[in-house]
Amino acid sequence: MVRHALLQLKPRKGQIRRNLDHLQQALLALRDEGVDVAVTPEAYPTGYFLQGGVRELALEAAELEDRLGGWHAEHYQKPLDLVIGFYERDGGSYYNTAAYLELGGRGLVHRHRKIFLPTYGVFDEERFLDRGHELASFDTRFGRAAILICEDFWHTVTASIAALQGAEIVYVPSASPARGFHDRTPANVERWETLARAVSGEHGLYVALASLVGSEAGKLMSGGSLLAGPEGEVLARAPEFEEAVLLADVDTERIPPVRYDNPMLADLKAGLPLIFPELRRIVEEL
Amino acid sequence: MKIVRGTPNHEVLDLDYRLTASALERFVREELNGRGYEKAVVAVSGGVDSAVTLALAARALGPENVHALSLPHRDSSPESSAHARLVTDRFGVALETVDITPMVEGYAEQTPDITPRRKGNVMARARMIVVFDKSEQYHALPLGTGNKTERLFGYFTWHADDSPPVNPLGDLYKTQVWGLAEYLEVPDEIVHKAPTADLEPGQTDEADLGVRYRRADVILEHYLKGYPDEYIVGLGYTPEEVALVKRRVNQTHYKRHLPAVAIVSSTAINEFYLRPLDFRLED
Repeated sequence: MVRHALLQLKPRKGQIRRNLDHLQQALLALRDEGVDVAVTPEAYPTGYFLQGGVRELALEAAELEDRLGGWHAEHYQKPLDLVIGFYERDGGSYYNTAAYLELGGRGLVHRHRKIFLPTYGVFDEERFLDRGHELASFDTRFGRAAILICEDFWHTVTASIAALQGAEIVYVPSASPARGFHDRTPANVERWETLARAVSGEHGLYVALASLVGSEAGKLMSGGSLLAGPEGEVLARAPEFEEAVLLADVDTERIPPVRYDNPMLADLKAGLPLIFPELRRIVEEL
Repeated sequence: MKIVRGTPNHEVLDLDYRLTASALERFVREELNGRGYEKAVVAVSGGVDSAVTLALAARALGPENVHALSLPHRDSSPESSAHARLVTDRFGVALETVDITPMVEGYAEQTPDITPRRKGNVMARARMIVVFDKSEQYHALPLGTGNKTERLFGYFTWHADDSPPVNPLGDLYKTQVWGLAEYLEVPDEIVHKAPTADLEPGQTDEADLGVRYRRADVILEHYLKGYPDEYIVGLGYTPEEVALVKRRVNQTHYKRHLPAVAIVSSTAINEFYLRPLDFRLED
């Protein structure tokens, strides 16, 4: 069992020091809970909507690792893994990134740079950010994982690739402004749950969604973080709009029997050579 | 063989008002707190928009943290003041009355040719002078009450009704404000009366606008989402109604923006230099 804490936190816009302190307080409050992996939402240290402020507030991955690593060393005897979404500066490029940090261990294990930058409606990411170009699963202390950031996960082909690369859990930091108030739950929250259940059920893996909360100048980040299990079931669900910590266990030993009963991933692998030429043709015609 | 019919798929204006109220209350609380405020000022006209705003503020902040203002002019309908009192009594908020007649008439006396329309605008701007001064006095942030329909129509006094920094109703059509009002138990006589700016005797919004709100809102929602005119007409609206709604929107875009600024650099504010309004760097 791998104890996860999905941290549905509300940052103050641009207040990195304060927000990291808030994160650390939240983690310290969980010290007796045996948390192995904690996950923050997308762009947590700064808030999501920054426009050109990305240039002033983006962090280098090493800088973030140093700050959190130093804090961890002061307070923990054992390693703690942290998936943290942040705006990353790398030379003259800026990315919407999430890092997998093994604090008190290997440090920066993996970094995923968001590939699908929403630039429509209320979103304007590609005006201010560069796209990531890699999607890779990676090994953690607890198994094989992948990270997809927000819209990355809305294209289910990305999770399929992660699953084909062996991912047993997909971490999804997100920042999702509430929209669609026609039903009891905001439509975007419903959509997230539908996606998480479909992806986890199709591939027999866990999906850990950590979703931002707080009003960013009227854009109400919706929360609704959740953990979905390999049979497509929601194992834990956070409330909408308010700060919450979702504590839930991931049992990767459940994955082989579930995949045996529902061998969609194996079937996908077997069928890939049949559909790959079509994919290649589509790409070549772009 | 059993026949199962699908449900029609179309744009809907109806909202879940419990969810909407809860989200708007959170919006009020968080936007105020983010600016260092715990209290709000709401100018209560006796109409449904300010009644709903007051109700949301009272639920979000506690009635004791809401300052309601009634700001009548001697030409205002007495019913407006009575309804303002009805609303504040319903939501347990104390009501302060400031008569704006001397402010408005002080100017009007020097302007003998002032028209009722111009005087109405002076009233609206005088009200904002009071609202912002009370904001300073009570360290309470003014809440705007303008709804999406009137914002889209430009049916408000520029730099008056649109000036409060936080507005919970600005993305709700009038039809939706009525729905929310019923959920929040705004008194019936306020929900069901003819909407009026009460800036000129006998004025009503729908007579001014030339279209009923409930019809305009459906047209607006489809127009904003890019449906062609023929599609909207196909829903049962006249070409004249569609044209009127589109004209009102397209004659008033300037009222929904900051003033035009001549750009001579590559750091022009809000054109090149872009920061969200809640952006703040740490000290």
